[in-house]
Amino acid sequence: MKATITKDSITNEQLNELIDIVKKIHGFDFSDYTEASFKRRLARIMMLKKLGFYDLKHVLVNDPDFFQEFLEEITVNVTEMFRDPAFYKALNSQVVPYLSTYQHIKIWCAGCSSGEEVYSLAILLNEEKLNKKSFIYGTDINTGVLNEARKGIYSLRKIKSYAENYLFTGLPGSLTDHFTMMYDAAAIHSELKQNTLFSVHNLISDTGFNEFQMITCRNVFIYFEIELQYKILDLFYKSLCPLGYLCLGNKETIRSDAFRKKFKVINQKENIYQKIGS
Amino acid sequence: MALDDKIKLRWKESRILLLGGSAGSFKILFRLVKSLPVNLNKTVIIVIHRKKNFFSEIERLFGENSRMLLREISDKEPIVNNTIYIAPANYHSLVENEGYFSLDVSEPVWYSKPSIDVTFESVADVYKEKVTAILLSGANQDGATGLLKLRQEGALTIAQHPEDAEMAEMPQSAIDINAAEYILRTTDIFELLEDTN
Repeated sequence: MKATITKDSITNEQLNELIDIVKKIHGFDFSDYTEASFKRRLARIMMLKKLGFYDLKHVLVNDPDFFQEFLEEITVNVTEMFRDPAFYKALNSQVVPYLSTYQHIKIWCAGCSSGEEVYSLAILLNEEKLNKKSFIYGTDINTGVLNEARKGIYSLRKIKSYAENYLFTGLPGSLTDHFTMMYDAAAIHSELKQNTLFSVHNLISDTGFNEFQMITCRNVFIYFEIELQYKILDLFYKSLCPLGYLCLGNKETIRSDAFRKKFKVINQKENIYQKIGS
Repeated sequence: MALDDKIKLRWKESRILLLGGSAGSFKILFRLVKSLPVNLNKTVIIVIHRKKNFFSEIERLFGENSRMLLREISDKEPIVNNTIYIAPANYHSLVENEGYFSLDVSEPVWYSKPSIDVTFESVADVYKEKVTAILLSGANQDGATGLLKLRQEGALTIAQHPEDAEMAEMPQSAIDINAAEYILRTTDIFELLEDTN
């Protein structure tokens, strides 16, 4: 019989205890995160840092530096450029023509992680000659990933898989046209970085900060309980200009009847919505 | 191996039928989906390894040939009886205590997203002994630890007989770590699942 690595799993009581500690000591509220994936993340941290439950509790209480690491590992920062190419196709044909009628296009990319989606949008707008009048705000709760986002430098291994996505978007040329290649990495062209700004924002506790023509928040809601999703949908609704667009992830449908009345479906499959009413 | 009364009883008492497979599992999954009766009185969850960006015909093919309602899992989708759910590409599929699915885009497991281990472990956590899980043909070890967790939680765990699997590694890995309570020939798997009286 082969030896197996069984991850330490956590009981629901232990989970609640940790959530409580993090809330009281560090001011981050994870109580409305979906339980199953949160538990997996905790098990992952315990494995990576070789900590048992009591050790984890101990460092969360006593080691102030540990919390930043914890925050970076507990949130999922897996992202891709042009993830779901069909989404970018739909955006280009169904949304960009309307965006182009605005004098200034302000976009909020909420939960932007290491910036891949922000730069994907920047490339898309650049191809449509809209980059000069658009501005993209990327926000995340994680300072670490935002620093990566600001650099706009990605490993060649990643670029290779992003380039494959790019091919499926129908955009001209190839992804690498927008990058300067280095030894083992690639840097996004500086003109694509120009009209972007990355800053810390916590969707759970912070308020809106501008009015936008479009908000994208893709594959963030999957980590939130339904009630929290509604709260954030309300924040997005208030942060959009009349007829502004909201783009959720591929599998993130607006399920609430109340919000279904406030958003018109632009693309059912890609979950692109338009704000109606004001 | 003939099916004993114990396995039949536990199958009947299950609320969830969990099916996992990779390379070489498509055909048997297709036939299983086709054979399941509309009033199975269980929820079926299928995790099959699949690539992103390739428009998949699985939902359409399975849907057109299934008598049960069939859906691709989307986020916070309620888990309904007499329905077949398929894990989408490029996400891990999890189940929540409150009776719905949630999705996760975190790192692949065994180079796979969806990973069978992830869904199996999550279902084990919530549904425990109310599950019948079957691990089918595949060319890597994904699913073995998930099946073990299910077994530890009291689920009925079955591996397809490696000689019957087009790719033996996946069921064999589960057998090697003693995760499969039963090792069934393909014909026995069909006989068991068709026994719904």
